[in-house]
Amino acid sequence: MNKAYFEILRAGVNTTIQDKGRNHLYHIGIAVSGAIDQRNYILSNRLVGNNLDEAVIEFAYQGPLLKLKNGKINLSVTGDVVFKIIRKNSNIENGICYKSYILEDEDQIDLISTKNTAYGYLSISGGFELEKTWNSYSINTKANVGPNNGKKYSLKDKIFIKDYDLQKVKETKMNYREIPDNTIRVIKGTNFDYFSTEALNNFFDKEFSVTKLADRMGIRLSGPMLENIVNTNIKSEGLVRGTIQVPADGNPIIMLSDHGTIGGYPKIGVVVSADLDRVGQLTPGSILNFKEVSLEEAQNIFKAYTEDTDKYLNENN
Amino acid sequence: MVKNISNLGDTAVYCDFGSEVNETINESVIDYFHHISKLIKDKKIEGIINLTPSYNKLIVSFDLTVTNYKKIKNFIESLSINKNIKNNNQKVKIPVCCDDEYGLDFSRLIEKLNIDKDKILELYFGKEYFCYMTGFIAGMPFLGDLNESIRCDRLETPRLKMPKGSVGITEQFANIYTFESPGGWNIIGNTPKKIFDDKNLDQPALVNPGDKVSFYQITKEEYLNWNE
Repeated sequence: MNKAYFEILRAGVNTTIQDKGRNHLYHIGIAVSGAIDQRNYILSNRLVGNNLDEAVIEFAYQGPLLKLKNGKINLSVTGDVVFKIIRKNSNIENGICYKSYILEDEDQIDLISTKNTAYGYLSISGGFELEKTWNSYSINTKANVGPNNGKKYSLKDKIFIKDYDLQKVKETKMNYREIPDNTIRVIKGTNFDYFSTEALNNFFDKEFSVTKLADRMGIRLSGPMLENIVNTNIKSEGLVRGTIQVPADGNPIIMLSDHGTIGGYPKIGVVVSADLDRVGQLTPGSILNFKEVSLEEAQNIFKAYTEDTDKYLNENN
Repeated sequence: MVKNISNLGDTAVYCDFGSEVNETINESVIDYFHHISKLIKDKKIEGIINLTPSYNKLIVSFDLTVTNYKKIKNFIESLSINKNIKNNNQKVKIPVCCDDEYGLDFSRLIEKLNIDKDKILELYFGKEYFCYMTGFIAGMPFLGDLNESIRCDRLETPRLKMPKGSVGITEQFANIYTFESPGGWNIIGNTPKKIFDDKNLDQPALVNPGDKVSFYQITKEEYLNWNE
């Protein structure tokens, strides 16, 4: 029998393969990549019974339209996504996220758009037939590393699917609810004292909005101008996911998974690990505010966040 | 030596080696980088997932599900770095074509520096450079130090697309755009050589921190016929 695959009938805005990400390469300029929203990535794998580090399709805003060829699969979609399943006989079912579906040969899945999240995830039972580069399936379009020659998917591309015994499949559902919260917790950055008292007050008291300059590298915010009273440049140095840099124009930029590995703008703060999934999912126009926490608080918040994720993971056991 | 250790968020240790940029401080950063890399490889420390050496800082990123700031900080403080380690640093030679179609910013440089193109090239090619760090985009080396007569600020308005292979200078540094990317350095030429090779899994970057780099000029014909 021929290998099963998805044929891409519409590519969507930014459709890539992602997983947990790629480590040990910052020193040569390669970012971690990986799913922007790690929790929704893991949950999508759990819903189809995969190992939690299996590769999934990540899409942004408008997702792809995919046709299944030569196979039968079980799939699930996570994030806040409007999607339809178009059966071979033209019957259309409205899709529900956090639920698994069986897709038959020649059926299509139309990932129409995301709503209140920037990214959505599509996982399939058994995963995709791909090769790892440096121990990860993630596509890094900045360094052209990973499957599909490190490029986002285009019309007519094929994504091959691993052989999988569908006898094992059971349909699953998860009662996942994202509680809306626009407060992003941060730890003081290493250049916190470069900013005026007024700038620091504004940073924690005023609202910021997400601009259209938002992608897998980072998101630019607009809000009160954050005045720098020392130097608007520093000697270039390493960055990590969640770092909030403030260039000379006074508008903060939050670094996400595909960020440049080094940067020369002062760092006013760093988003705590537990809030990175939420930050990455902010859509242009969203309003947010920052709250300062200590390192110890951040560690406790992360522990609670991980336990909360585990609660969903254990729901179906 | 590390002068100060602090946290960068909840998943990274920020090691500060000082505020100046010079080879002595950077070599100390690179010594730590090599030393810790080896301990990770030999599984002597768990949870560290990335090391980012730069001019005078080393950032050590870790997995918060495995370890935490305090443990990694204690680990770094306990290290005794052997300065006599041979770091296997290499000497790399890189060809550059400086015809005007590749050297995009000569008119700006000639005006700002008040010297002619031949002098700029003589000073640029007449020196061996030191690789302080690699990064920003994959494989991009940050080299120094340029002769004082050819130091110039960044472009006022960065280019949205620097051609791949562009060789740029700014302040006391030189670099190479390994991918088409936005950028603000003054471009003096372009190299046909592969500076980043993702098919070479063991050593994808041609230039690594601590390496010595020299450039040599090639003609447009040599550039176009370059074959690796």
